[in-house]
Amino acid sequence: MSRHTSPVAAVLLIAGLSASLAALLLPAGCGAGKGAEPANATIQVKGSDTMVNVAQAWAEEYKKVEPGVEVEVSGGGSGVGIAALEKGTIDIANASRDMKTDEIEQAKRNTGKEPKEFIIGFDALAVYVNKDNPLNELSLDQLSQIFAEGGTITTWSRLGVSIPGVSDDTIVRVSRQSSSGTYEFFREHVLNRKDFKLGSRDMNGSKEVVELVGTTKTAVGYSGMGYATPSVKMLRLARKAGDPAVAPTVENTLNKSYPLARSLQVYTLGEPEGAVKKYVEWMLSKAGQKILQESGYVPIPHQN
Amino acid sequence: MTAHGPQTPHTVGSRPSRSALAVLGERALENLIRLSGVSAIFFVLAIFFFVFREAAPVLVSDSFSLKEFLFSVEWYPTSDVNVRYGILGLIVGTACVSGLAVLIAVPFSLGSAIFIAEFCGPRLREGLKVVIELLAAIPSVVWGFIGLTVMSRLIVAVTGAPVGVNVLNGGIILALMCVPIITSIAEDALKAVPDSYREAAQALGATKWQIVYRVLLPAAKNGLLAAVLLGVGRAVGETMAVLMATGHAVHIPRSLLDSVRTLTANIAAELGEASVNSEHYRVLFLTGVLLFLITFMINLTADLVVRGVRRER
Repeated sequence: MSRHTSPVAAVLLIAGLSASLAALLLPAGCGAGKGAEPANATIQVKGSDTMVNVAQAWAEEYKKVEPGVEVEVSGGGSGVGIAALEKGTIDIANASRDMKTDEIEQAKRNTGKEPKEFIIGFDALAVYVNKDNPLNELSLDQLSQIFAEGGTITTWSRLGVSIPGVSDDTIVRVSRQSSSGTYEFFREHVLNRKDFKLGSRDMNGSKEVVELVGTTKTAVGYSGMGYATPSVKMLRLARKAGDPAVAPTVENTLNKSYPLARSLQVYTLGEPEGAVKKYVEWMLSKAGQKILQESGYVPIPHQN
Repeated sequence: MTAHGPQTPHTVGSRPSRSALAVLGERALENLIRLSGVSAIFFVLAIFFFVFREAAPVLVSDSFSLKEFLFSVEWYPTSDVNVRYGILGLIVGTACVSGLAVLIAVPFSLGSAIFIAEFCGPRLREGLKVVIELLAAIPSVVWGFIGLTVMSRLIVAVTGAPVGVNVLNGGIILALMCVPIITSIAEDALKAVPDSYREAAQALGATKWQIVYRVLLPAAKNGLLAAVLLGVGRAVGETMAVLMATGHAVHIPRSLLDSVRTLTANIAAELGEASVNSEHYRVLFLTGVLLFLITFMINLTADLVVRGVRRER
């Protein structure tokens, strides 16, 4: 029936539907824009998995300091945080590596503001093996031979180590997914910008790396020193074969004798204002740095 | 039978019996239903269009070769020195994990569907159906978690593999996720076979097993095939659980105890960091197009097979 009237009805229906949709969406859109009042603001933080522990601890503690400010933290990797900052969807990006020039350009193009960097602490990137592994130290070159494309070390016996109770002594390489700042830091400082060997287990978080190394006797992996557990062991590292090997400790990180020490930073779009500014200042304050240290990272040596 | 009157609006006598509002309302409703029906086609086309539009520019770019994309295992999207986009390892990973999952899931789920539909008593049947539906309601991230913690330890303890997150783990977890879907659809298909078939077979003196094997399975063939293919679709498209359970290593696995990475897991892990409109971003969308084509082919085969079965009859 009524084939000739159907287009009219369809148009009416679509019009009605879109009108009600618009009515639903509009107030929500307006409301979101007004959240900038300092009395109750939300700060969006995203990025580095290395820093997600301390970022969450800060967010928790900041609730007590400034009850009106809600800090929302998520991980995903330094690359994910920086990508979100480029789009302007977050207030603060955590990064365990420096922002690259093309990323800074992209952020300027998209938002018109220049990203501003704050160094909020230091971390030693530790190389972990299972606690049953008799190995205690490696040189950066050996590490590169294990992890880099074309590297020749694939078994533990090549390193002169035999692990008790395993039949297959192939080295199980535990790495990070490519959005991780730790991954990029390792590639830059250990592999000298070469690529990783294919077939490494690419974990989604700093903690997962340590967990897998803890359950796998033949594994070696890298992660922040704050993630150490009783089932793993941190190796001492030497810059060159023959150099003294240095353990990843707070002291060795600050005096730069540990070869894989790095700074941890947060980025904001332009000079931070209002609640974000206060939050960044608080992270750098004594109270903020104390939480950083408790989470297993190295605080900034005191400047005041 | 007197209700026939109002359904023919052109007879003069019936007109006053329906208000203009009722007629209009009916037309609006009819069109709403038509719109919902057509919208499915529209949305599928729109999704394909948008995914393809994001991916298309990379196909004509000089630095990209489709041959390398499909036939190389070297996946280095963020390399500093030599960027390479080869997804063969990911394709093989997806094929291994979903293939294993289907191999495990199909016998179990068809078996349990046959048991529920034909062999068990009414009380047990209700209980089993509720439990199986509950199994289907478990979120995939929970499955992934089970794979990562419980299953991986179990696999290490039983097989002595160095790492518990591997093809076997992903296959078992995916199979567990497919079983409830295949079971409930297969059970519906078996239930849909008319009772007259069973009665006729019984009258001829067939045993219960003969009824199932000779009468019900051929009669419900289409439905059972649809059930299996929906399971395959789920296995290929599943992301979170395989991301957590397969170990996330790009290479061609040499055994069931090797870690792999799947197409879906790769998109999930890398799309967040790929800056919009970069080559990496477009290649990930191209991977999405490929996934879309794979599921499309599965559905098309299913359709053709079902049609072929129909023509035979």
